[in-house]
Amino acid sequence: MIDWAWAADHLDELLERVVQHAFFAGLAVGIGFVITLGLAIWAARRPVVRAPIVSISGILYTIPSVALFTALVPVTGLAIQTAVIPLILYTFLIFLRNMLAGLDGVAPDVLEAADAMGYGRWQRLLRVELPLALPLIVGGVRLATVSTIGLVTVSGILGDRFGGLGFFIFEGYRRSFPTEIAFGALPTIFLAIAADVLLQRIQRRLTPWAPRTMRPIDPGRGTVVGSAA
Amino acid sequence: MNLVTDTVAWLLDPANWGGNQGIGMRLFEHIAFSGISIAVAIAFAVPVGIWIGHTGRYASLGFNLANLGRALPSLAIIGLVLPVTAAIDPQLGFKVYPTLVAMVVLAVPPILVNTQAGVAGVDRDLVEAARAMGLTEGQIVRRVELPLAVAPILAGLRSASVQVIATATLGAFFGGGGLGRFLVEGIAQRDDGKTFGGVVLVAALALAAEAAFVVLQRLIRSPGALRMETSRAATSAA
Repeated sequence: MIDWAWAADHLDELLERVVQHAFFAGLAVGIGFVITLGLAIWAARRPVVRAPIVSISGILYTIPSVALFTALVPVTGLAIQTAVIPLILYTFLIFLRNMLAGLDGVAPDVLEAADAMGYGRWQRLLRVELPLALPLIVGGVRLATVSTIGLVTVSGILGDRFGGLGFFIFEGYRRSFPTEIAFGALPTIFLAIAADVLLQRIQRRLTPWAPRTMRPIDPGRGTVVGSAA
Repeated sequence: MNLVTDTVAWLLDPANWGGNQGIGMRLFEHIAFSGISIAVAIAFAVPVGIWIGHTGRYASLGFNLANLGRALPSLAIIGLVLPVTAAIDPQLGFKVYPTLVAMVVLAVPPILVNTQAGVAGVDRDLVEAARAMGLTEGQIVRRVELPLAVAPILAGLRSASVQVIATATLGAFFGGGGLGRFLVEGIAQRDDGKTFGGVVLVAALALAAEAAFVVLQRLIRSPGALRMETSRAATSAA
């Protein structure tokens, strides 16, 4: 059922697609992180903007990826932005929920102590609030990365220049060629699991004080998971 | 703004709404596929989630399953299931089944993990009190734990429905029906009105489902849980 010779013949193409896949995902997670960090700090400072920011991120997150990728074509044409912008938008809710939960979780006593020690607003943010929120922030990076790796495949609907490993799934389907479908699907899953494990390691290195049972908030899995266990 | 007028014109044209491949039929397919997948997922995930939550056994299983579910992209599931179902049923195996399987597989983890967390999160004092009052384990589940776990279970269903509706859209690119067909056909026929009419419909359906769950979450709360919340709020305010 699996055409091993074909697979062996296309290893260089596989590598190219893995690189594209990682590039799209890395770019989206990186840009998404920077934008959302700004938004989260703004929302934490000004309660008025908090609800609209969270709602808009939630609405974007709800729109099926196929629709969002397609919707961008008339705006950006068939360029790299067409694939990366929706991926960035999907990271917003994941990052935002975890950053806000992290910032919210800083005890009022701690903030008061920091104020009493003469910390300014930004100093307090950089030296006290963000370090204390770090476990959830890093957990959010992990969730966003794994979820983005899955979504990169869907950008294959934009054409052969897109999709990362998803390209093989679409082309394999068009050619009714199961080997090629598996050639895209299995490495995608491997990539997602590898990223998950790697980021978990990094998470433990970076924030060894975080309880092992701490679970970041995953909007794709319902709201309860974050507070459970 | 040619695109906007094209899209509005396509959406408003009654000819696009009727018939076997019209908006009405595609909408019905999309909702029916999503509903069936969610129903199958509930039939499996809710009993298992209740059992794990109630007994506390295999508690990490649910969380690990949720982790695994996240690492399985919908497209990869469709791709991996396709050759298998195609071999079993050459007719529908290439069209409907792969997407349906992916939808069920993706719907199970959020429902299971939220049911489990919801039931396990019920105050153990309440469960002990119920047991002391002579309720059987089944009665404890039905009368105490389930009513108090309704909110998290609904939250799980809400996440599952978002995923399922998105995956159904993707399924149209693999021979499935539903509203995603308008995107597939619109792109192939270079018909912008149809493509973006499809985008609007897909987004509207997803947001409508989300809104319906928000309303449902407000409506279906156990009166007991509501009373507890208000009395708790009153005590903490005092």
